Amino acid sequence: MTSKKKWLSVPYLFWSGLFIIVPLGMILYYGLTDRTGAFTLENITAIASAGHAKALRLSLLLSLISTIICFLLAYPLAMILSQIQVKRHNFIILIFILPMWMNFLLRTLAWQTLLEKNGVINHVLTFLHLPALKIINTPAAIILGMVYNFLPFMILPLYNALSKIDINVINAAHDLGADHIYTFFRIILPLSIPGIISGITMVFIPALTTFVISSLLGGGKLLLIGDVIDLEFTKTSNWHLGSGLSMVLMIFILINMVLSAIFDKDGEGSML
Amino acid sequence: MKNAAKKIYIGLIILFLYAPIGTLMVLSLNASKTRAKWGGFSIKWYIALFQNEEILRALVNTLLIALLSSLVATMIGTIACIAMTGMKRQAKSILMGITNIPMLNADIVTGVSLMLLYISLGIRFGMGTILLSHITFNIPYVILSVMPRMKQLNPSTFEAALDLGSSHINAFFKVVFPDLLPGILSGFLMAFTMSLDDFIITHFTKGVGVDTLSTKIYTEIKKGIKPEMYALSSLIFVTVLTLLILINLSPDKKEKK
Repeated sequence: MTSKKKWLSVPYLFWSGLFIIVPLGMILYYGLTDRTGAFTLENITAIASAGHAKALRLSLLLSLISTIICFLLAYPLAMILSQIQVKRHNFIILIFILPMWMNFLLRTLAWQTLLEKNGVINHVLTFLHLPALKIINTPAAIILGMVYNFLPFMILPLYNALSKIDINVINAAHDLGADHIYTFFRIILPLSIPGIISGITMVFIPALTTFVISSLLGGGKLLLIGDVIDLEFTKTSNWHLGSGLSMVLMIFILINMVLSAIFDKDGEGSML
Repeated sequence: MKNAAKKIYIGLIILFLYAPIGTLMVLSLNASKTRAKWGGFSIKWYIALFQNEEILRALVNTLLIALLSSLVATMIGTIACIAMTGMKRQAKSILMGITNIPMLNADIVTGVSLMLLYISLGIRFGMGTILLSHITFNIPYVILSVMPRMKQLNPSTFEAALDLGSSHINAFFKVVFPDLLPGILSGFLMAFTMSLDDFIITHFTKGVGVDTLSTKIYTEIKKGIKPEMYALSSLIFVTVLTLLILINLSPDKKEKK
């Protein structure tokens, strides 16, 4: 039966070769050539120009802050959820996937309505005699949009990793005299590292490379690196520059892939 | 006390995740066209929705692509999983590494890389290119949810079926397939959801004049969004919610894991 099985891998080998590997090669080709087809590094060094470097710095800063906030929000939640019976496992996952059935652009647009000067949140705050929130069209609003959109991708891997921890291991630690804090830092946290790495990857990369959230919540004045690449491809049609900048982004993605390969060998921190 | 705090925390996160959805539903019932003020209760946007051909066409496109792409991805992905069990360890880990690329790569990079591929192959942009792209990013979701089931499989049952005179195909569908089914179904559902919610990759691989709901919304946001959109997405959301509640309420049939 093994000889027959080999044939079965052909469709996927073909597909992944043509639609995953070759396209990445295309980016390398366009990124390393100019319009005449001659080799150049200019598209990559263009990242150092004032405008591009500023966009990259802002993207890195905002996505880093969003990832940290997502982690701090999601970890306690995942710990609480992992204590609920296994029978509810599918239901819990559904609660966090369900919002995706409402279009992502519309959900982000709804935050505009909520955050606006005369928006819902400010009405509630004025009613409670609290100072109004002025974050729409600022970097803070973009961070909120990132946290909102990518939080489920932090919750699910953490929940998955934490619910796999054998309760007996934790009980054993307690029996041997470890208090809650010690057990957390020596047992629970190390065992959940695959989930943490996977969660960080699933939040940091989309946040670093997003290009819609910034224009919806940042008032269109704050350019992220994703916005710059989008403009190069759809407006100015400079595919070479766009590819070169994409290659810079791929460096961050590669670092992330290597990290997750080191810490998550068996794919234990996967979402599903 | 401690339990109450836990419940409040879960409640707050769920409120955070669902607040914009509630907002959109309220807006869909707002008689006034602007988001800024409440003009009274009205279902006129729901009526207008069914007369808006552009939105309905985008909806049909979205559903068609989600359904076809997740079906094809489920087939290719499941077959790939079966093939991988017969592979050497090294070949298998290389293939899994390739599978992880679309998952770990940024959507914008996947999108532009596919756009460059279609341009250089001379493929005309349209429904076809969107479909090919969606299949590509959907396959990994299928593989990642079928693979764990594959590992739990007991190979002896398949061999036993063969020993008892069953053909390969028969043995597969009678013995292996039922065990894989939960993984295949959740992979399909995940792929369908991802396809439905995708904007970035569609944005780069769609042709002029072809729109899915996401790209339609994106163009509308620039020009001023029509409230019919709120009505449509509220309808979709409520339908899915009802379906899920029905599935969850129906008695569990020996599904334990």
